[in-house]
Amino acid sequence: MSDLFYKTAAELSSLLIKGEVSSCDLTQAVIDRTQAVEPKVKAFLSYDEEDALKQAKISDERIARGESRGLLEGIPVGIKDIIAVNGEQLSCASKILEKFNSPYDATSAINLKNAGAVLWGRLNMDEFAMGSSTENSAYQVTSNPWDLERIPGGSSGGSAASVAAGEAILAIGSDTGGSIRQPASLCGVVGLKPTYGLISRYGLVAYASSLDQIGPFARSVEDVAILLQAIASHDRLDSTSIKTEIPDYRAALEQADRPWKLGVPSEYFSDGLDKEVGAAIENAIKFFESNGCEIVNVSLPHTDLAVPVYYIIATAEASSNLARYDGIRYSHRSDKAVDSIDLYFKSRAEGFGEEVKRRIILGTYVLSSGYYDAYYLKAQKVRTLIRQDFMKSFEKVDALLTPTSPTVAFKIGERSEDPLAMYLSDIYTISVNLAGLPGISVPCGFNSDKMPIGLQIIGKPYCEADILAMAHKFERSHEFYREHPKL
Amino acid sequence: MADTSSIDIDYVANLARLDLTEDEKKKFSVQLGEVLKYFERINEVDVTDVEPMAHAFPVYNVWDEDKAEEGFTVEEALKNAPARRDDQIVVPKVVE
Amino acid sequence: MEYEAVIGLEVHVQLNTESKMFTRVAYNYAAPPNSLTNPVVMGLPGTLPVMNKGAIEKTIIVGLMFNCEIAEISKWDRKNYFYPDMPKNYQISQYDQPLCIGGEVEIELPGSSRNIMGIHRNVKLTRIHLEEDTGKSTHHALDSTLDFNRSGAPLIEIVSEPDMYNAEEAFAYLTALRTNLMYVDVSDCDMEKGQLRCDVNISVREAGATELGAKVELKNLNTISGVRNGIEFEIERQVKALKNNEKILQETRLWNAERGLTASMRSKEEAHDYRYFTDPDLMPVKIEKETIERLRSHLPELSFDKQRRFLADYDLPFTITSVICPDKPLSDFFEAAVALYDKPKPIANLIANDLLRELSAAGTEGTLPLNECKIGPKHIASLARMVDEGLISKQIAQDVFIDIFSTGDEPEKVVEEKGLKQSSNTAELEDMCREIIDDNPKPVEEFKAGKENAINALKGQVMKATCGKANPKIVDEILRKLMTQ
Ligand SMILES: [Mg+2]
Ligand SMILES: [Zn+2]
Repeated sequence: MSDLFYKTAAELSSLLIKGEVSSCDLTQAVIDRTQAVEPKVKAFLSYDEEDALKQAKISDERIARGESRGLLEGIPVGIKDIIAVNGEQLSCASKILEKFNSPYDATSAINLKNAGAVLWGRLNMDEFAMGSSTENSAYQVTSNPWDLERIPGGSSGGSAASVAAGEAILAIGSDTGGSIRQPASLCGVVGLKPTYGLISRYGLVAYASSLDQIGPFARSVEDVAILLQAIASHDRLDSTSIKTEIPDYRAALEQADRPWKLGVPSEYFSDGLDKEVGAAIENAIKFFESNGCEIVNVSLPHTDLAVPVYYIIATAEASSNLARYDGIRYSHRSDKAVDSIDLYFKSRAEGFGEEVKRRIILGTYVLSSGYYDAYYLKAQKVRTLIRQDFMKSFEKVDALLTPTSPTVAFKIGERSEDPLAMYLSDIYTISVNLAGLPGISVPCGFNSDKMPIGLQIIGKPYCEADILAMAHKFERSHEFYREHPKL
Repeated sequence: MADTSSIDIDYVANLARLDLTEDEKKKFSVQLGEVLKYFERINEVDVTDVEPMAHAFPVYNVWDEDKAEEGFTVEEALKNAPARRDDQIVVPKVVE
Repeated sequence: MEYEAVIGLEVHVQLNTESKMFTRVAYNYAAPPNSLTNPVVMGLPGTLPVMNKGAIEKTIIVGLMFNCEIAEISKWDRKNYFYPDMPKNYQISQYDQPLCIGGEVEIELPGSSRNIMGIHRNVKLTRIHLEEDTGKSTHHALDSTLDFNRSGAPLIEIVSEPDMYNAEEAFAYLTALRTNLMYVDVSDCDMEKGQLRCDVNISVREAGATELGAKVELKNLNTISGVRNGIEFEIERQVKALKNNEKILQETRLWNAERGLTASMRSKEEAHDYRYFTDPDLMPVKIEKETIERLRSHLPELSFDKQRRFLADYDLPFTITSVICPDKPLSDFFEAAVALYDKPKPIANLIANDLLRELSAAGTEGTLPLNECKIGPKHIASLARMVDEGLISKQIAQDVFIDIFSTGDEPEKVVEEKGLKQSSNTAELEDMCREIIDDNPKPVEEFKAGKENAINALKGQVMKATCGKANPKIVDEILRKLMTQ
């Protein structure tokens, strides 16, 4: 079974339960695959084969005793290096946390452990999740497995690339403005950003607290549903965690044939949209239309304000969230400082990368005396309008169909000197974070260079089950999810 | 361009406790100037009577009862400390 | 030219909750360094705050006590600035929507003498909000060390209007705050432990002017007397400067208690640009009317109200009420004793004199807390009754008190076992008195000559001979009878 690493968790789970495969076999297959392709992909900041096999052995013992914890038992799940796991590095791909070792577990990490998953490696990302290409990692540039010259998207580029390359069966990442959906789209895998509050943020290092959400990556919608099931929970350690009944997401995939009403927002099909991407999305829309769904044209009139609103709110929150990296208690400390104040300036200058500095400056500025009303307060008000746009459209439709990214993956280095161009690559994903909604990106084709294209389905709050069912229906009627990059 | 949307980079960098090189200052000023100029479009929308949105789904009174629970040992607390003495974290002399 | 000072106080008070403001780890003053932390307290990456309902309720209690308006909706803001003992480099506080708005604190100014009640007036409050405390820095010769135990402890900030005009008023205000906060048991208010900290804003202007002068913020006032002395010094300094036509700088000054003066902090005094914004990690607070009424119904009678009632209902002297009433446990103790034996004055005397004296002698660190002492209201009531009924003299009662205070025994038992019962056997006493009259011709002669006081010498002899057990009233009667025969 040489291609174990490209099987889905759903398939592997039944093999594990039947005893046809052990978690140790599977984990070893993933380790071997990682060692083989990692020099090209560079998705991981670190991994610990021994520790993974130790976890796998425990899983095998549980399975042997008939005490399997469920569908994730024994399945290797990659972790973005922004989610705390007790005893592991937590660098956020930043020099400022280079030596930081977490003394505690994120709630999502505990949930994964409780589900029997094998926690596998620390995945690369844009430093503190600030970026759309994973080029802002302080340690390495991750390549898109479909074309090593191209970026994997970001900020969860390592998560998307590892799953696409078979270096992990599943992965978790975080999404503040598209950081799960956009890399999923660019790497040809499925990625879901849940409703704000569905998954605890406790232990997720904050970039922009009012926007951040953890979410799953997988090579199939079903696997995304399985992973979401494991990590979604109410958490009293996160005051923004929502008390809501969590449905059986996998069972909900069976409602795929409902005659959904699906909205197509005209603003998402304007100038910046690449022709081939646009065509793939049109095809996806036609698929739903010809399969009993009603397609409705809707308008989200404040869409063109989403980028400024997002970058004002996200950088403002980030400027405050990142103040704790000061060289005092646990982060990088400059050895050139003469006093405690100097220590801040030097440690932060040495520890943060350029994009992080740029966003801290921008965020500090928009909150500073004299500018707060014009930028921050105004942005919070426009955020209300953006959310109202969505809520109005959801009176008419069950979900929205849009492109995930205006283009396929671009070349490494192509946009790194032009922050504004980089910021505009999030244009279809950030509104979803501003409104707190769930969104999924599911592969819907390739362009002429054989680069993957993703369809985004945006749902009503807490209606993950619906968009999973829609994505599942689309996926199972196409062959995209069976294709893998040639590495 | 720089007139309406320029950042007093020294003032802001000081608030953010961030040493910037002269090159970084120049570069950021130009780049963020462009970004701020792009941001000006939010002034075109009327937000009279619109409530600011601080939370995606605000609910009230998410609180705990006042009951203490187990915390860190001193070792756990100081695990990542760059310098320590007598169970405290050492820093260069604090200037008020 | 006449000048007047205008004073406002910002008082930070640590709440005596079990756990911290935004995480459930314990706080206490005496724990070893960095032993009361957790991921949230250390501000580790990924951690999040969760509010403490108990701290919010205690803040509302304070607000109700001072007649504040309790905001229906309040929220949390981040105050952004860097300081080594503040782990997140922002403080979670309340900026534009505090829990309590307005309000007032009744204060008593010193009376013309110790036994005369001073003038009362109300000092207006601006607001009371809730926030988190910082850790503690200790400064050494070459470096500083940080202990984060205190970090995250709940603090209320009580902000007064500029509504005080001299050091005495500020002192009275602080005293009233302290008394009342301890009354409702929200804080121990020990300034030495930093449980109550006070910053003062002082400006001086020409008397009668309506605009405020330049505001000087005074810090480092670590004791109540430091507050009084610091303010006195600062007012004088500013008045002197104004008389010399000097300009008062708007600045922060530190009180130096050793040298008895204030000095400018002279820091770069950078513009305070705290970049407040709503904390996205915390949900707003909504206080229902039922909650307010529930908390209000548990509010105790406040110290000054109690004092007015004690004066009116029990007819106690002002000095005694001013000792008992500011102390709620002591006042409750008094009323419990009176409920057992309805003689308020002797009971109040036993409490204000004997009990307080013994408590203060018994304490190892300051006064022994009332709840640790072995005797209760029942003991005091019994003792007062026994004196009243002539079973023991007041003098014996004092000895009995010392005895029962250290043993916790019932006073009846002590009197019985030690044979301290007052002697009322008239025949026996008459014999003794006769003897003493015979042995002391001089005072007898003086008494007979009309010197009334001379009888005291004879009484003293009788009491001495009976070891104090004689009933003084009866002795007096017998002596007079014998000497006029
Ligand atoms: Mg203040
Ligand atoms: Zn304060």
